[in-house]
Amino acid sequence: MFRRFTDRPVPDVTILVDGARITTKASDSVAAAMFAAGMSSCRSTVVEGRARGPYCMMGVCFDCLVVIDGVGSRQGCMTRVRDGMVVETQDGRRELGR
Amino acid sequence: MRPEYDIAVIGGGLVGTAIAYGLAKTGQRVALLDEDDRARRASVANFSLIWVQTKGLGMPEYSDWSRGAADLWPAFCDEIAALTDIDLAFTRPGGFHLCLSDAELEARASHLARINAQPAITQLPYEILGHNAVREMMPDIGPDVVGASYCPLDGQCNSMRLFWGLHTGFGRVGGHYLSNHRVSTLAARDSGFVASTDAGPIAAGKVVIAAGNDSQRLAPMVGLNAQVRPQRGQVLVTERMKPFLHYPTITVRQADEGSVMLGDSIEEGNPSLMVGTDVLAKMADRAMRMFPGLGNVNIVRTWSAQRVMTKDGCPVYDESREHRGAFIANCHSGVTLAPRHAQTLASLIAASRVSTELPVFGTGRFDVSTVH
Amino acid sequence: MTTQPLRDRYDLAVIGAGPAGLAAAATAARLGLSTVLLDEQPSPGGQIYRGIAEAAAATRAALGADYRHGQTLVDGLASSKADYVAGATVFDISPASRIAFLSGGHARAVSAQRIIVATGGQERPFPIEGWTLPGVMTAGAAQILLKQADLVPSGRVVLAGTGPLLWLLAAQILRAGGTIDAILETTERRNWRVALRHLPRFLASAYAAKGLALLAEVRRKVRVVSGVSHLRAVGGVGLEGVAYRIGGATETVIPADTLLLHQGVVPSLHLPDALGCSIMWNSLQRAFQPEVDDWGATSLDHIAVAGDGSGIGGAQSAARRGRIAALDAAFRLGLIDQPSRDHAAQRDLKALARDLKARRFLDVLYDPPEQFRVPTGDTIVCRCEEVSARRIEAVIAQGVLGPNQIKFFMRCGMGPCQGRLCGLTVTEMFAAGRGVSPAEVGHYRLRTPIKPVTIAEMASLPFGAHADKAVVRL
Repeated sequence: MFRRFTDRPVPDVTILVDGARITTKASDSVAAAMFAAGMSSCRSTVVEGRARGPYCMMGVCFDCLVVIDGVGSRQGCMTRVRDGMVVETQDGRRELGR
Repeated sequence: MRPEYDIAVIGGGLVGTAIAYGLAKTGQRVALLDEDDRARRASVANFSLIWVQTKGLGMPEYSDWSRGAADLWPAFCDEIAALTDIDLAFTRPGGFHLCLSDAELEARASHLARINAQPAITQLPYEILGHNAVREMMPDIGPDVVGASYCPLDGQCNSMRLFWGLHTGFGRVGGHYLSNHRVSTLAARDSGFVASTDAGPIAAGKVVIAAGNDSQRLAPMVGLNAQVRPQRGQVLVTERMKPFLHYPTITVRQADEGSVMLGDSIEEGNPSLMVGTDVLAKMADRAMRMFPGLGNVNIVRTWSAQRVMTKDGCPVYDESREHRGAFIANCHSGVTLAPRHAQTLASLIAASRVSTELPVFGTGRFDVSTVH
Repeated sequence: MTTQPLRDRYDLAVIGAGPAGLAAAATAARLGLSTVLLDEQPSPGGQIYRGIAEAAAATRAALGADYRHGQTLVDGLASSKADYVAGATVFDISPASRIAFLSGGHARAVSAQRIIVATGGQERPFPIEGWTLPGVMTAGAAQILLKQADLVPSGRVVLAGTGPLLWLLAAQILRAGGTIDAILETTERRNWRVALRHLPRFLASAYAAKGLALLAEVRRKVRVVSGVSHLRAVGGVGLEGVAYRIGGATETVIPADTLLLHQGVVPSLHLPDALGCSIMWNSLQRAFQPEVDDWGATSLDHIAVAGDGSGIGGAQSAARRGRIAALDAAFRLGLIDQPSRDHAAQRDLKALARDLKARRFLDVLYDPPEQFRVPTGDTIVCRCEEVSARRIEAVIAQGVLGPNQIKFFMRCGMGPCQGRLCGLTVTEMFAAGRGVSPAEVGHYRLRTPIKPVTIAEMASLPFGAHADKAVVRL
């Protein structure tokens, strides 16, 4: 659980996360935007199907993988949001063509 | 004084471990001598294929040897599973060699026709298929695929679990796995052999050299000739994917746990273990042309390793004339031939009948004096 | 500073825009070397100065003076002639120093005569039962959320572990208006005895006054539990609580929504190892690092490593090492002579030596306890492939010697993180299981690509007749 402690002078953008409209800061990473929206998990694992969320936020753990604009296994912590971006939680193993 | 071991197998790769397992299963006291964690192992860089269709040109017996091995796989899988609870994920749906040009397809057709034209050959079943026929079996192929050769005898397994299964099985049947025991010298001693290793001498009644590319160094010490050369191959491996590719192809296959492996490359005389990105890029490019949906999929790791390539590509199994009881076993198909090594070859080594029963695989075939 | 267009060839390429990389690039450019700085983040600063260029005033205030100092380094780069590429993920460096990187979804490449690797470090893995639950993350992750997104943890927040970063984060959370339910400190009391020897030097350094003030600030407001010897995160789908024990006492469970773990920082190994640099075990810091000389030069002629990547020393030391490596680059490439190099580096070299000695106190005091480096039972070791400590123990018992064999047998280290989160743990488990030093056990052999790339990106690298011959069967 996280909350904003200040409002930086950066425009808002709107993205979709699993179909829900989220308004967030243009400077946020996808992972940060999801945390700000109250989410703590973003995918399920490739072996046991267990929920995972971002762990390191710096691109080394690869737990923050999400589907962005139809392309899977994108690191949410390394991708900046964009107005109209479509984000989906990644369900287990990668799908061919997604 | 009776040596501590009946047989010492030198080399803890797929070939050595399979032979050692087979020997230990029959009650022999077996030592499996292996190097350290950083040893150069061809076994870790294979494509997990149980492949029949390419083999036997120039040696029809090799085609039979491979076919027989593939036929032994189902029972072998059950055996390992019963002993270790490890599932080798063997499937045999038939395999493809996909072609991206007419020239490639013609070369395939010609190669297979030549195999079947050999006098002593057991006819290999195969089909040369055009794009549409391939597409019916593999819907995800791209428009650049001109066609393929398909052989119903080909299959695949999980070679990591094969290696782990053999290793574990070897321990379960009483074998002794000795890591950090790199063999510096091998000598005939009394009525057996002594291997000098990093961790002290190991004495055994018989010795099997299955040390991959290092066999070249050890073989002459006991009157054998390894006739192997390192041949570099590189492989790219993707993240785990949901199942989409049920047939193995010789350059793209999907493992049971989901990763897709991309190959295959051949570079002679390049001893480096570092990858060459030009070759990786070429393989990636071809894989994408074969399966366009793979474009966005992530490559998580790559391998570069040295295949154990004998002079003619066919296995070498032999017993030393000078020092009876010293054997050699080298090949580049440790996955396909695993059941053969664990069963047929292990029994022949135990009975000292390798050169009598498998003369075609002996090193004599490389002698200059032999004329074909 | 320019961003486009890039040259095909530079005198010097610096990889990583943290304090070491920023200082190295700016210094090298000033000395007359054609320089390019490649960094995977969208803006400069690395991890310690993450998001500094875009941070709001309130954020800068919360994060402290040391963080704000990062702006000086960023300004230094901006006013230099170094080319800078943001969002550039380096994934391969060829033996001929052709650097392949991803930028804007395409693979690109530049060549350089000399390369300074300044990829810094990452947090040491902290494998405890339940560490994979959503709601559990590193202290660094929480700091990044503070710095880059102005997000402070809310609800029930627990910090756990050992090391200065834990206290710094706690102070930053409090200043940002957050609350912390407890800090569970795993620092072993007996470390004090050994650390005492290094205390005088530490006290004399700049770290001490700041550090002690920070500690006092936090302890005034937060419940601190010391001597925690067992820790686990509990919950079903997500984190619900943190269980801990002190010595042999019974377990206590605190409800929690967020658990922030930290037990030190370790060098990033991927690039130097994949390049073939000699790697050594630092037994004081319990981590692998490339072997470097006083100038950051590695065992490879054309590669240097600067900053935390050459051994953990913190931000100030990193900047110094960056400048030192840049001076050495200028010397090696013939732009300055040796006496000039030595003279210009003198102050940084002296200050560096002094600061590293002062830090030893922290290394010893905050040495992570063995039970948190060598997990057992169902604790996940390889997060990507979900391999438990129990399965690894079974493999070790079968006589397998080290990380490369076990990687093949158990798949640990084969996931997308490429062993970053499990490597040290696996090495330490082998060391403990076999009764040998981690140096003897070794580590995963790392290779290209040092970060995952797509098949299309790999296919976009050049290939010619040699590759055709190697791959196409006719």
